[in-house]
Amino acid sequence: MSDALVLHGISHAYDASLVVRDLALSAEPGELVCLVGPSGCGKTTSLRLVAGLERVQQGSIEIAGRRVADARLHVPPEERSVGLMFQDFALFPHLSVLDNVAFGLRGQSASNRAGTAQAMLQQVGMADFAEAFPHMLSGGQQQRVALARALAPQPKIMLLDEPFSGLDTRLRQRVRDDALHVLKQTGTTTLLVTHDPEEAMFMADRIAMMDRGRIVQIGTPSEIYGQPASRFVAEFFSDLNAIAGVVRGGRVATPFGPVSAGDLPEAAQVEVLIRPEALRIDLNGGVDGRGIAARVVAARLLGRSSLVHLCLNLDPGHSHAGPLAENQHEHWHARVPGRFLPPEESLVRVELDTTQSFVFPAEAPK
Amino acid sequence: MVALDTQSHRSRPRVAFRLEGWAVFALAIALLVLAPVLAVVHPLITADKALWQHLVDTVLARYLVNTLVLMLGVGFFTFVLGVAAAWLVTMCRFPGVRLFEWALLLPLAMPAYVVAYAYTGLLDFAGPVQSFLRTALDLRPGSYGFPSIRNTPGAVAVLSLVLYPYVYLTSRASFLDQSVCVLEVSRTLGRTGWGSFTQVALPLARPAIIGGLALALMETLNEFGAVQFFGVDTFSTGIFRAWFGFGDYRAAAQLAAAMMLVVAILLLIERFSRGKGRIEHSSRRYSRLKPYVLSGGAAAAAALFCAALVGLGFLIPALTLLGGALEHLEALGQAEFYYDVWHSVSLAALAACVAVLIALGIAYAERLQPSPPVRAAARTAGLGYAIPGAVLAVGILLPLTALDHGIDALARLSFGVSTGLLLTGSAAALLGAYTIRFLAVALNTVEAGMARITPSMESAARTLGAPPSRTLRLVHAPMMAGSLFTAAILVFVDVMKELPATYIMRPFDYDTLAVRAYQYAADERLSQAALPSLAIVVFALAPVLLLSRAIARSRPGSTSDVVAGIAPRLEAA
Repeated sequence: MSDALVLHGISHAYDASLVVRDLALSAEPGELVCLVGPSGCGKTTSLRLVAGLERVQQGSIEIAGRRVADARLHVPPEERSVGLMFQDFALFPHLSVLDNVAFGLRGQSASNRAGTAQAMLQQVGMADFAEAFPHMLSGGQQQRVALARALAPQPKIMLLDEPFSGLDTRLRQRVRDDALHVLKQTGTTTLLVTHDPEEAMFMADRIAMMDRGRIVQIGTPSEIYGQPASRFVAEFFSDLNAIAGVVRGGRVATPFGPVSAGDLPEAAQVEVLIRPEALRIDLNGGVDGRGIAARVVAARLLGRSSLVHLCLNLDPGHSHAGPLAENQHEHWHARVPGRFLPPEESLVRVELDTTQSFVFPAEAPK
Repeated sequence: MVALDTQSHRSRPRVAFRLEGWAVFALAIALLVLAPVLAVVHPLITADKALWQHLVDTVLARYLVNTLVLMLGVGFFTFVLGVAAAWLVTMCRFPGVRLFEWALLLPLAMPAYVVAYAYTGLLDFAGPVQSFLRTALDLRPGSYGFPSIRNTPGAVAVLSLVLYPYVYLTSRASFLDQSVCVLEVSRTLGRTGWGSFTQVALPLARPAIIGGLALALMETLNEFGAVQFFGVDTFSTGIFRAWFGFGDYRAAAQLAAAMMLVVAILLLIERFSRGKGRIEHSSRRYSRLKPYVLSGGAAAAAALFCAALVGLGFLIPALTLLGGALEHLEALGQAEFYYDVWHSVSLAALAACVAVLIALGIAYAERLQPSPPVRAAARTAGLGYAIPGAVLAVGILLPLTALDHGIDALARLSFGVSTGLLLTGSAAALLGAYTIRFLAVALNTVEAGMARITPSMESAARTLGAPPSRTLRLVHAPMMAGSLFTAAILVFVDVMKELPATYIMRPFDYDTLAVRAYQYAADERLSQAALPSLAIVVFALAPVLLLSRAIARSRPGSTSDVVAGIAPRLEAA
């Protein structure tokens, strides 16, 4: 089966500044791909290029096997069969909910259009609001209507631009859960742009991580999280414990013992990055148990998990002396599922899960 | 707060020009607006040295001096009156200040020629003032001197009284905007109120004040009825006399070209003195500065000053007109008056529809393709406001007459039939003149309305399968119905008040309220001029009331459509 969306060699500049560089991306039918990255990395521009709201300067775009844009060709957005959803929902304020959803349905009788629109509203659970006007709806309801409106003409590809960031945290989680189910039910190929790593992991079949106009890694959420291609990618998805080191005999020394340096060259300056959940804490380890000894500085329950602040240097009184930067080896974060709150100043033993630690060349100081 | 990735929307990218339907439309309209100007500055007309020499020898100096004196006088008085009134109502508290805030706009509803007729009727020998004085002081006619107002100082006074609201409007908006930003700082740094005004507020408001002044001066340049009636020979009256009095179309066109030079200089001065002019306020907090509470004599003086402006600029002339109209109530029983009303209203309504539709098209073209040529076209289309009515009439009629003669000659050659003059003197030509002259008013209002529709609306409509024209019809137009209506009203009223172009271009025997008032006044039948004049004022009150409502509700930092429409940006292309 051919790909539902193919972007090839896309570069795009505003005035002199290049915001997208040689971007290549494809999505299979029914797949949900997330473009994720910090503000200004070019992800929204990429989405607008696919929608046809910007003209392609270099490269080409194909939707369902049909070339829709390259340096010479520009199929206007209304002929591309794309659905688009925005952060501000952009519901037409002068039309009722039903008319909003029916807006994109053409070439049918009025009653057919109303029927299709009503069925779509049913699917997003907004059937009772067909006669309402957008300003009468809550944020979550508007979002669902916007989704129904974009899906009603059965677009070949659905484009979502930060679609949930206008909602508050709790509502956002519910709404995006609903949206995911509707998108999967309808089998719609989707390209979603977000700056929220958690949202990307929640929604995506595949994640394309962008940095300064380039895609730096593409993979499933678990690949991106478990085998990040660079410090930038690793850092984007969680906070990290970092230690500097040097490669000796294919390994790097850490307080937890040596870890494999992969194929990094001998004597290279490297950084070992350790996710907080890679640290296992044993409360009853005593002095002789597995792992190394550490002192609990603080412990906080964050809801689904607990965050434990640890000091690996047991020299009494040492932990409070000197600025943190010099003590970076000694102040550690460990994330533990559920409620796990060892008392402050208690001694524990800490072990490292080496599958969740990564070694990258040290970045030159900026 | 979430970080928004909206860079691509914010940094208006420099869009490359593409020759598409909407862009072509905007460019065509821009050319249409420029055409009359090009016609009067065409070398065929401007190159006739002998005629120039004749004009220089006879009238040019007088027209130029009178026009400049008028502009200097009106410029000075509108500046002083407008800025003082704006400062008083924004910075001071005194009895009636809330009322004056909007009442100071009322003179905008008064065409200058109407005020001229009213005051002449009020102050002339047979008028109520002199009659009263004669009775009260037992004076015999001819035994006393009473100053006449039918001269240059009189014209300056009348024009200043009706044009100061432009300066008032723009400087008030500027004072409101800057209040908290800097004035508080200035006062805490030890400046007195007067020091803050001259050293901080006034320089900051300069671009706004100059914008208002430029509008007032353009109206002065355009003014025909009042200066003609007062016997002050300006370019406007000169063009008129050359056209009708001597039938000398080339002289009229040369005068028009000279007048356009004055307009161009005015536009350049305006642009130059704004300089980099857009003063960005560093603070975005809008809370009003604590006003000076005036008491005793100061409060009375402030209230009296504002009351005098409203009284002299609106109440007294309006009541005088009412008195005159009541004397001639029989006119209400004559069909003639209703024909005049119908002509005025139908022309104004048609022009309003055409102008609003064109403005909508241009604003949308600019939105679809903000490329430099399209933006330049939009700015050019708004320049019609700077073309005086008399120049516009000449600039349209000259080429049309040539075209008519061409068609007539062709028809006689080929068919042996004379077609006569088809286009000249048609209502369509007049409609075109109105559209060109008042397009800026509609354009600014419509642009302001469209700017409030987020770009994601059209992205949504486009991706839902609606091409641009359908998007405009189904999404933008209904969403900005209010702005479109406001724009239509503003154009409607401007057309109702317009005199010089109407008088020169109207179809034969086709009288409007403005023309009728002018003709009665020209025959010195002032009390009969009162009824049509009053009818114009009644219509013209509508947008002023809209505007004052907007002002009463306005918050600092926001500009309403009405304000945008009345104070068109004067950016040269």
